[in-house]
Amino acid sequence: MKYRATPGSVAFNVFLYGFMLLVGIATIYPFLNLLAISFNDSLDTVRGGIYVWPRMFTWNNYEQIFRYNDLLTAFKNSVLRTVLGTFLGILSGSMLAYVLSRKDFIARKPVSLFFVLTLYFSGGLIPVYMLMRDLSLINSFWVYILPGIVNAWNVFVIRSYMDGLPISLQESAKLDGASDLTIFFRIILPLCKPVLATIGLFVAVGQWNSWFDTFLYNSTNSELTTLQYELMKILSDTQAGDSSQARLGSSEFASQVSPESIRASITMVATLPILVVYPFLQRYFVKGLTLGAVKS
Amino acid sequence: MKTETSLQPLSQVSRTKRSLWRTMIEQRYLFLMSLPFVALVFVFNYLPLWGWTMAFQSFKPGLDFSEQDWVGMKNFIAIFQEPQFYLVLRNTLAMSFMALIAGYTVPVLFAILLNEIRFAFFKRSIQTISYLPHFVSWVVAAGIITKILSVDGVVNELLMWLNITDKPIQFMAKGEWFWVIVTLSDLWKEMGWNSIIFLAAIAGIDPELYEAATVDGASRFRRIWHITLPGIRSTMMVMLILSIGWLTSIGFEKQYLLGNSLVLDYSEVLDLYVLNYGIGMGRFSFGTALGIVNSMVAITLLLLSNWIFKRITKESVI
Repeated sequence: MKYRATPGSVAFNVFLYGFMLLVGIATIYPFLNLLAISFNDSLDTVRGGIYVWPRMFTWNNYEQIFRYNDLLTAFKNSVLRTVLGTFLGILSGSMLAYVLSRKDFIARKPVSLFFVLTLYFSGGLIPVYMLMRDLSLINSFWVYILPGIVNAWNVFVIRSYMDGLPISLQESAKLDGASDLTIFFRIILPLCKPVLATIGLFVAVGQWNSWFDTFLYNSTNSELTTLQYELMKILSDTQAGDSSQARLGSSEFASQVSPESIRASITMVATLPILVVYPFLQRYFVKGLTLGAVKS
Repeated sequence: MKTETSLQPLSQVSRTKRSLWRTMIEQRYLFLMSLPFVALVFVFNYLPLWGWTMAFQSFKPGLDFSEQDWVGMKNFIAIFQEPQFYLVLRNTLAMSFMALIAGYTVPVLFAILLNEIRFAFFKRSIQTISYLPHFVSWVVAAGIITKILSVDGVVNELLMWLNITDKPIQFMAKGEWFWVIVTLSDLWKEMGWNSIIFLAAIAGIDPELYEAATVDGASRFRRIWHITLPGIRSTMMVMLILSIGWLTSIGFEKQYLLGNSLVLDYSEVLDLYVLNYGIGMGRFSFGTALGIVNSMVAITLLLLSNWIFKRITKESVI
C-alpha cells in the first residue's frame, strides 16, 4: 500500500515511531542497566553513571553471590521445581485434554464439568493453608509441585488444539488394534508439540517466578528456599530503610561487594534463563494464547 | 464437528449392544489417564471448600472438628464492624477498576498503533521487547520499579534535568501515588502481552477492505476507525467481559512487593488483609470469613458484568 505524504501523515509517522521507540526503551532499559551493573566492578558502580555498558568489567559479583550457600540451594530448588513441575504439568494437561477430546468417553461430561468449575471458585488462602498443614505439605518440597499439577485452563487450551487434529488418524490406529494409551503417546502427543511448547513455557515461567509459596509454607526452612524468594528478601530489606547493609554484611557476602551489585546480579540470575528462551517460543505462544481466548 | 459425526456410530453401538460395564472396561485407559488427576483436583481444589466451615466457628487449630465452637455469623458481623475493612475494600476496588480501565484500553491502542508500522523488522522487534516484562516475576519487576522511582533513580534524574522539580520526589513513600504506581507498573509489565490477542484479531481482518478504502481515498484515521475497530469489535467485547470477571482477582503480589509501611493505608488489599489477619495473627475464622466475602464480591461482579453484556449483545459468556 502506498500513502501520499501529507503533513498529517508525516506527523503521525513521527509520533508513531517515536512512541514505539520510547516504549521499547522504557521496557528494555532497566534490564540492560541491571545487566551492566551486574558486570561492573562494585566499588566503581557506587560512583554512579552506569547506564547500559559496564565501565570496569568483572565476573566478581557473580562469583560472590554463588559463594553464598543459600543462593546455591535456592538455585537448585528453583531449577528442580521448574523441571519437575513443567514435566508433570504437560503430562497431566495433555492426558486430560486427550481424554476430554474423546467424544465417546462415557464420563466425559462429568469430568469436564469437574474441571471447569475450578475456574470459577477457590477455597481461599486460609482453607488452602490449613489443608497443606493437614497434609503435612508445610516444610516440604512437594508443596511446590502437587497443588499446581493440574490447571484446568491449560487442559482446555490443549483440548481445543486436539479437537483440530484429523480424527481419521485415531480411527485407523484403532482399527489396527492400538490401545488408547498407544494412540495417545504415539499419535496424539507428537502432533501436539506446538501447543505443548506453549503450555510448557507458561508452566515453567510460573514455577520459576513463584515466591509466595516459599514465603507462606517454607520460609523457616533454608533448605527449601527458592531464587525468587531469596531475591524478594534482599529487595524488601533494602526497601525498609537501608538495613540491607546490615543484613548482607552479616551474611556470607564479602563486604567488598555493594548491595546494589548483589541485587543486580541476583536479579539477572533470576531473569536470564527465561529471557533467553521466550523469543524462540514466540510464534508458538502467540498461537496458543489466541486459541485459549477463542475457546474461553 | 467432524469428530462428533465420525465417532457417534461407535458409541451408539457400545451403548445399545454392550453393557455400561463393558464400555468402562474398554475405556479403561481413559479412566486410568484421568482419575489420578481428578483425585488431585479433588484434594487441592475441592477439599479446601470444606474449610469454609471455619468461618462459622471460633476455630482453634488443636481441636477436632466436633469439638469446635459454632458461632454462626459472628465472624461476618465482625468484618463489617471493622473500620479497616472498608479501607481495604476501597483500595481493592480502586486498584481493580484502575487496572481494568488502563489494562484494557491501552493494549487495544498499542495493538492498533503497532499494526500501523510498516517496517516489519521494527514491528517485530518492538513486539518481542514488549512481551519481555510479562515473563519476569513480580519480585524482579518490583525491584526494577523501586529502583527507577527511587530518589536517585532514572525518573527523578529525568524530572530534575527537565527542571520539572528541583528536588527528588519520594514516589514510593507517598500514599496518594501508590494506586497510580501499581497501575502503571501493571501496564509496563502486561501491555505488550495483552495486546497479542488484539493483534491476532487485526491480522484476521481481510486486507482487501483496507485496499478498497485506500482506493476510495480514506485517510489512515478513517481506516482505523471504520475498518480496524469494527474488525476487532467482537474480540474487544469478549476480552472486556473476561477482564471484568478477573476484576477482584488482582491478587496481592504487586501490592505486597511494592508497598511499605508508609503507604499501608493505600496498599492493603483484601487478600493481604486475609494474610495479615488470618495467618499472621492466627485469626483463622476471621480470615476465612473474609475470604468468603472476597469470593462473593468477585462472583457478584462477574454476574453483573455478564448481565450487562447480555443486555447489550444478547449473548452470554458464562
